[in-house]
Amino acid sequence: MMEMVIIGNSAGAIGAIEAIRKVDATLPITVISEEPYPVYSRPLISYLLSGEIKENQIFYRSKNFYEKQHIKTRLGRPVTRVDFEKRKVELKDGEKIPYDRLLIAMGGVPFIPKIEGGHLSGVYTFTKLDDAKKLLSILPNVQRAVVVGGGLIGLKVAEALKKRGVEVYVVELANHILNLTLDETASLLLEKALEKEGIHLMTSTTVERIIGDRKVESVQLSNGKTINVQSVILAIGVVPNVGIFKDTPLQIDKGILVNERMETNLPHIYAAGDVTQSYDKILKMVRPLPIWPNAYHQGKIAGYQMVGKEEYQYEGGFMMNSMDVAHLPIISIGLTQPPSEEGYQVFKQFNREANIYRKIILREDRVVGAILLGEIDRAGIITGLLREGLSVKGFKKELLKNPFGWISFPKHLRKERFEKPK
Amino acid sequence: MGNDRPYPVYWDHLLLNASQVTNPSIDPLREPMELRTYLGRKPEKLELDDSGERLQIKNPLPPQLKLETPILFSAMSYGAISYNACEALAKAAEKLGTYYNTGEGGLHPNLYKYGKSTIVQVASGRFGVHKEYLDTAAAIEIKIGQGAKPGIGGHLPGEKVVEDISKTRMIPRGTDALSPAPQHDIYSIEDLRMLIYALKEATRYTKPISVKIAAVHHSAAIASGMVRAGADIIAIDGFRGGTGAAPMIIRDHVGIPIEFALASIDQRLREEGIRHQASILVAGGFRNSADVVKAIALGADGVYIGTAALIAMGCHVCQKCYTGKCNWGIATQDPYLQKRLNPEMATERLVNLVHAWSHEIKEMLGGMGINAIESLRGNRLALRGIGLTDTELEILGILPAGR
Amino acid sequence: MKRIFIKEEVCMGCRLCEIYCIVQHSRSKEILKAFKRETPRPLPRILIEEKGSISFALPCRHCEEPYCLEACMSGALYRDEQTGVILHHREQCVGCWMCVMVCPYGAISRDVREKKAASKCDLCGGKDPPVCVAKCPNEALVWVEIK
Repeated sequence: MMEMVIIGNSAGAIGAIEAIRKVDATLPITVISEEPYPVYSRPLISYLLSGEIKENQIFYRSKNFYEKQHIKTRLGRPVTRVDFEKRKVELKDGEKIPYDRLLIAMGGVPFIPKIEGGHLSGVYTFTKLDDAKKLLSILPNVQRAVVVGGGLIGLKVAEALKKRGVEVYVVELANHILNLTLDETASLLLEKALEKEGIHLMTSTTVERIIGDRKVESVQLSNGKTINVQSVILAIGVVPNVGIFKDTPLQIDKGILVNERMETNLPHIYAAGDVTQSYDKILKMVRPLPIWPNAYHQGKIAGYQMVGKEEYQYEGGFMMNSMDVAHLPIISIGLTQPPSEEGYQVFKQFNREANIYRKIILREDRVVGAILLGEIDRAGIITGLLREGLSVKGFKKELLKNPFGWISFPKHLRKERFEKPK
Repeated sequence: MGNDRPYPVYWDHLLLNASQVTNPSIDPLREPMELRTYLGRKPEKLELDDSGERLQIKNPLPPQLKLETPILFSAMSYGAISYNACEALAKAAEKLGTYYNTGEGGLHPNLYKYGKSTIVQVASGRFGVHKEYLDTAAAIEIKIGQGAKPGIGGHLPGEKVVEDISKTRMIPRGTDALSPAPQHDIYSIEDLRMLIYALKEATRYTKPISVKIAAVHHSAAIASGMVRAGADIIAIDGFRGGTGAAPMIIRDHVGIPIEFALASIDQRLREEGIRHQASILVAGGFRNSADVVKAIALGADGVYIGTAALIAMGCHVCQKCYTGKCNWGIATQDPYLQKRLNPEMATERLVNLVHAWSHEIKEMLGGMGINAIESLRGNRLALRGIGLTDTELEILGILPAGR
Repeated sequence: MKRIFIKEEVCMGCRLCEIYCIVQHSRSKEILKAFKRETPRPLPRILIEEKGSISFALPCRHCEEPYCLEACMSGALYRDEQTGVILHHREQCVGCWMCVMVCPYGAISRDVREKKAASKCDLCGGKDPPVCVAKCPNEALVWVEIK
């Protein structure tokens, strides 16, 4: 029987396992991960840090998931290299696991900038469960902390720390937080909300150096200020975790390159999730799309492909994020700031008092992006329009109406879907 | 809705017979019963070919309508009733193996697929009449008069003439659809003959042509003329017939009971030896299956039901059809109200109604020791009158109870 | 496997489906208690859209390849293996609204009253038919065998 081996144990891996098991209940599958835990949700570690969830809630599937799905596991066992010739995965402890089909779903690793003092104790990244556990363990000794990076992870950490009573500073190089995800108006609204929560934001600023003797004592900022802190959290972003594949025949750009079947350039080697670079159908380019739904989706397609279900193919993804920080639900989908005036049509709705901002961007009468802030109900309908590339010509004025829904669509679009589940 | 004045209902003065001892009654649950009915002109005589394995009719038969039960749905126009109601009638007719009638509202293109179960009307307004309309139908009915409003035409208020209706009727949107009182090309039996034959020509003699009149004082003589003019079916609508809109003074005071009109027409056609040349359909106030059986014993071939069908669909007989605000989604074109009538549910209810009536008819036939509806047709010995004057008994051609 | 079909042509917008959905998902399962005594009252898991003369009730379609399941990062959404119904663990849910972001029907709503959690149709936990279908007076929701 064919041996299926998966390196990685998060969204992409689970997507693949569940797809394979939908087709074949017995095919041998081995999951290898450097982390010792059963599958857990990386995005939930900030919830663990804030105390919103208990530790057992972080697990993404039930305790007996591997047992029930008949999965062999090698958890807490890092991979050192893959022998593509002999078709074996080599683990740090010497074990060599043969494979017939290999899925690389190793995710991303935090990008760590070179900062003076970056080696000091008290400097953390924040992507893994162990990171959260470490932060939790030192929490009693932290009164003030600085978060480097005003992206999604940075803001979630900042909010969690604030909930734990820590004085938090967020330092962002760009002139607005979430500058890649939102536009200026949305960022400003969120900045205001965060500041109301008591989080200090410092935009257009960087950390020049971290000062301390073994332990972090303070940070010196580019604006000349120095803040006394006990901890620095680096949350600048993640990059594909491709370290062990450098200088191998595997084709890599920023991430592993895959085709629409999730195949790499090497036969029977597949890749999915944050470790890859995928086709962004809105920007029409290949780039990392490090988001959970994309990872699971790619994993699922890889899984189907690995067992010969060739009809499942990747049609391209796009960025989307949903966050609920500072009591402000925000969803951003696709392209949130049109690169030029020409060729794009933008609809906006802004109510400063109610903290509601909604914006939809069209290109050739098709939705290519949206920001929904404050009022996000039924956002998925917009996402669906974008995903399917449906023309909204007849009803674009309706898109920002409230309530917006399928009722705004032409009847024939509803008809078929309402009588049959997709 | 129809005339609700306290005129006598003669069906309630007619009683049916049943077998006792000398001729055994039949149990329809154990033995086959035949309700199948053919409507149309019958040949003078049948020439049979018995050379083959099965007996064959040699001479060509005029076109016939085949009904699995002698109950049809009355003419109710799209406009007077909603699209959903029309669709329900069409679907039910198809399921039941019978026919529904478009009235003079034309035929919505979506309903062409039920053409084989459709009788289309050609009325004085000629609304929606075109070649495809005639070709699609199983039979064509020329409407001269309507039981609810003998002597006057139709009136569909402009508010009801919405987009779809204007297209179907081929008239401008929002205009009142007024059909004239007379057919302006018919002033005599000869004129009627011209229209009948024009329609027969147009459809290459493939469909029976029906002529519908209201039951009035000289119905028998008029019916004789209609048959001689070439009608294959004559439909007579009694004074209890329903309507979507009619002046109340006309509805309540014009016309005669269908029982008398039917009896006299059947009698007259028999006397003249032309009864076989046309089938007789009767309409106007049929309330139950016993009324149907009594009508057939009086000489009818089949019965049109209108109000009963509407009640099955959900009509509460509030008599406000003309307002266009039917709460049950039947007699309305208001998009909010229309969708209250689910055509699937209405179809099922119509089918249930006619099935139930058909079962009851079989029971009554079986009781009389008859196993085919054919054998009851015009058999007035199956009827007795009660509480009727000698004159009434004479017109109905029946004996009083006890004789 | 049976699923709900939506027939907007005959939906009257009476909202009985919504009412009975609330009752079905209340603690007492009794209409008066559910509406008068229980707080917070369960959210209806069927959404009614209405504009002019058109209306329809839209419950979760329980997709074959659901986007919500792919996007759910807490593992709260899952597919029942026997019935294929997409279900939701309220306890596991953290209210990240990823499902709200991806459901092309907009059939998942947000409940922010006691805790942040998604709320969606569970096909009444195997009731045959679900209450919205059973209580629809005009058969605008029908319970149909698929595949």
